[in-house]
Amino acid sequence: MESRILPDPSAVKEELIKKYPPKVAKKRGKAIIVNDPEEIPQVQANIRTIPGIITQRGCSYAGCKGVVLGPTRDIVNLVHGPIGCSFYAWLTRRNQTRPDGPEGENFMTYCFSTDMQEEHVVFGGEKKLKQAIQEAYDLFHPKAIGIFSTCPVGLIGDDVHAVAKEMREKLGDCNVFGFSCEGYKGVSQSAGHHIANNQVFKHVVGLDDSDKGGKFKINMLGEYNIGGDAFEIERLLEKCGITMVASFSGNSTINQFENSHTADLNVVMCHRSINYMAEMMETKYGIPWMKVNFIGAESSAKSLRRIAQYFEDDELMARVEEVIAEEMPAVSSVIEEIYPKTKGKLAMLFVGGSRAHHYQELFGELGMETLSAGYEFGHRDDYEGRRVIPNIKIDADSKNIEELKVTADPGKYRPRKTEEELAKLKEAGLDIRDYEGMMPDMKKGSLVIDDISHYESEKLIELYKPDIFCAGIKEKYVVQKMGVPLKQLHSYDYGGPYAGFTGAINFYKDIDRMVNSRVWKLIQAPWEEAPSELEADYVTQ
Amino acid sequence: MKTAKTATQNACKLCNPLGACLAFKGIEKCVPFLHGSQGCATYIRRYLISHFKEPVDIASSNFNEDTAVFGGSHNLKLGLQNITKQYKPEVIGIATTCLSETIGDDVDMILREYTENADPNQPIPLMIHASTPSYQGSHIDGFHAALRATVEKLAEGGPKQNLLNLFPNMVSPADLRYLKEILENFSLPSVILPDYSETLDGGPWGEYHRIPKGGTPLNTILKCGTAAASIEFTSILAEDKSPAGYLEEKFGVPHYRFCLPIGIGQSDKFFELLERLSEKPMPERYEDERRRLVDAYADGHKYVFGKKAIVYGEEDLVIALTVFLREIGITPVLCVSGGKSGFLKKRLAELVPDLDNLGIQVRDGADFVDIEEEAKKHKPDLLIGNSKGFTMSRKNRIPMIRVGFPIHDRFGGQRLHHIGYRGTQELFDRIVNTVIEHRQNSSPIGYTYM
Repeated sequence: MESRILPDPSAVKEELIKKYPPKVAKKRGKAIIVNDPEEIPQVQANIRTIPGIITQRGCSYAGCKGVVLGPTRDIVNLVHGPIGCSFYAWLTRRNQTRPDGPEGENFMTYCFSTDMQEEHVVFGGEKKLKQAIQEAYDLFHPKAIGIFSTCPVGLIGDDVHAVAKEMREKLGDCNVFGFSCEGYKGVSQSAGHHIANNQVFKHVVGLDDSDKGGKFKINMLGEYNIGGDAFEIERLLEKCGITMVASFSGNSTINQFENSHTADLNVVMCHRSINYMAEMMETKYGIPWMKVNFIGAESSAKSLRRIAQYFEDDELMARVEEVIAEEMPAVSSVIEEIYPKTKGKLAMLFVGGSRAHHYQELFGELGMETLSAGYEFGHRDDYEGRRVIPNIKIDADSKNIEELKVTADPGKYRPRKTEEELAKLKEAGLDIRDYEGMMPDMKKGSLVIDDISHYESEKLIELYKPDIFCAGIKEKYVVQKMGVPLKQLHSYDYGGPYAGFTGAINFYKDIDRMVNSRVWKLIQAPWEEAPSELEADYVTQ
Repeated sequence: MKTAKTATQNACKLCNPLGACLAFKGIEKCVPFLHGSQGCATYIRRYLISHFKEPVDIASSNFNEDTAVFGGSHNLKLGLQNITKQYKPEVIGIATTCLSETIGDDVDMILREYTENADPNQPIPLMIHASTPSYQGSHIDGFHAALRATVEKLAEGGPKQNLLNLFPNMVSPADLRYLKEILENFSLPSVILPDYSETLDGGPWGEYHRIPKGGTPLNTILKCGTAAASIEFTSILAEDKSPAGYLEEKFGVPHYRFCLPIGIGQSDKFFELLERLSEKPMPERYEDERRRLVDAYADGHKYVFGKKAIVYGEEDLVIALTVFLREIGITPVLCVSGGKSGFLKKRLAELVPDLDNLGIQVRDGADFVDIEEEAKKHKPDLLIGNSKGFTMSRKNRIPMIRVGFPIHDRFGGQRLHHIGYRGTQELFDRIVNTVIEHRQNSSPIGYTYM
């Protein structure tokens, strides 16, 4: 296809903010950055959205219950609050699970709520909560019950942690724990991830010391099995002879969490949602962690090689190479067919806390360029890399989220590698305990935009006319009204898996179908008719 | 019957502010605004979008910990200013959430302050405030509350004119378009409130829209108080919560209440009233639709007669479907709603005289676990309701007919037609075909001719 002349990114940035009043322009200007992978400029991220600006961000409860705890099949998730929050998080994230046989426990299809009524708001809801826990216990005898507080709970003073403790002691064989993940806490769902990490670490991890066997034992952190991604990753690990002790939390069980401290390595997919767990487990149990990415065929191969490299085992390294050699031909044959049709097309990704980075790999394999990308709820380290963590300013919103004080467990701390061994691995190119973020992988001159607003995304589409825009369901139909296909990277448009080698093939085919569909020719884009008259001005706090 | 359990499992209701946002989407140039945490706007948007497959913008006052403790006045005012500047709405529909209701924000006072202190050179949109705490009622209560607040805010009195108010309840965009067409064909000038037939089921834009086209225009809502009559499709809404009730009390606009016109009998009543109000005979096309429907009932009768069904959803929908099912010879063995107006059983008993003789069970305030327990006893042939019944349908191998809201596991939920002769026809066809399909799939012979 003919090469397009793209606008100058600095001019685009000016255009995006020029209609804002000076205060807002200044604020948004810090979140809209022209990338330079050599220099890595600073990005403003994880800053509260201004009221009245329509954001795509969710809340703390969504991150805690929906994202991190949602995919574990044998914990009864009881939402303490009025009915809506429980209903809206009822199987909406499309994480899949595979129970053990037809009788295996799976509570993910249920939506439990205390369905708080006015009298509970006035007189307190603890009594009803206790009854609800008892009922869930009597009904299912689950191994665990998690309580999730929604907005009013914190205000009326219900102590869910005290209730959890009381019920845990009363029931005896059921672990009951609470999450103070009220929706108003923190900037976005990211706060909820942190709260979920803390409570699972405090109440679950380390309870089961049994050795489940396996030579190369890892935990997969931050993989949530959307569209069956975890199944594909599990298949690959198994083929290589790598044992996955626990998944946090795609296709997982509570026993995996309890036993997870017996693994010898934590690999992290979504850095944003789970890095706390990786760090806390290293401090307490001595398990090192490293970042991996199973999105994209090349990066899946690379991730497998890195795991093998960590274990420093020749046999494992050879096996991994065999597996990659077996998997790649199918990938190559599909990419050969599709590449000519997708090469040179332009993509934008505004999603998540890691997906906007990971999926650039897949677009790269399709010969497509990522013009602009940003996260919905990422922090600076997800953009610029972990080296900036000491310099991140702690604001009031972050301060309110508890930082657990973790120390080495006197009985269970066992460093898997000495510092010297780790240093040697680092020298050999294995970036233990590090994540370099999205920006080093993006081209010079690409635009990095955090918490993009509705207005900015429309403007960006108008200026760049991308071939595909990746975001979620809230943006989907707005973008498609302008004649640009939108690929949902939260729910995968109910497709997938997209992880691993099989997933890459699925993704290539889906993107080919989307960007080359004739449907888009039937829609006249707004810029074909009349120049944009979009304008907006905002007021800051 | 009473639910013995405390917790709600697999709820058969959504929350109050969702209904308010949906109603506000049916007012022209209106942006819904939730006073509370941003998560509420996000969840409700994603839920409405998954059904309508259209953009749904809902603003929020983005509470943080400080706001939750010290009150939401500052955030609400800031949010209103920003929405006004970006979207230039004529109306902002403000609904509260459980958070702002729990802390007891006086929204009316905040809005007064906002208006008094606003820049006189900037236009201030009309602000409608509906109180919709999620710890009371369900989504349908928020829907009605938003409409009641709208007419209370807007309707003016004056000499009566040839105008009909229609409050159609929570029907689909397809239903709304049909209602508009009917009233046009009766040459009845009307105000249909809300009207999200275009805002939630429109075409590609071709030009930029901050707010999608469509919705009931403000200047027509102003005239509600001068209408000759109001019709509302509800039989459970208390007068003091009903917009039509308000117009009657305040401006003397007489109001007629029906259950949703599903089925011939209920549609007849609606069309008869339109004949009376318009002083015109029923247009030929609706006579035709009715004749075809009667014919279809006769032809399809053999498939559906004697079948047992479970009906669930909002109370008004359940009542209307129950009456319709009795008309076509299906026994709704269980009529269930997550809503709890207190009128469900009473109205059903009035409209279905053989309710008790047939042993039809009625439950309000119920959830899907309750429904499933009953289903095991009753062994129904069909489930009729929204997508949330799918798990039960699959587990118990009972075919399901999707109606109402939410429908997020089929395409075109927003275009499903339920009401009037034409809507009933489509619904009847779907029911008959579901029965046929089930018979065909479970037949060992594999008939291609059923």
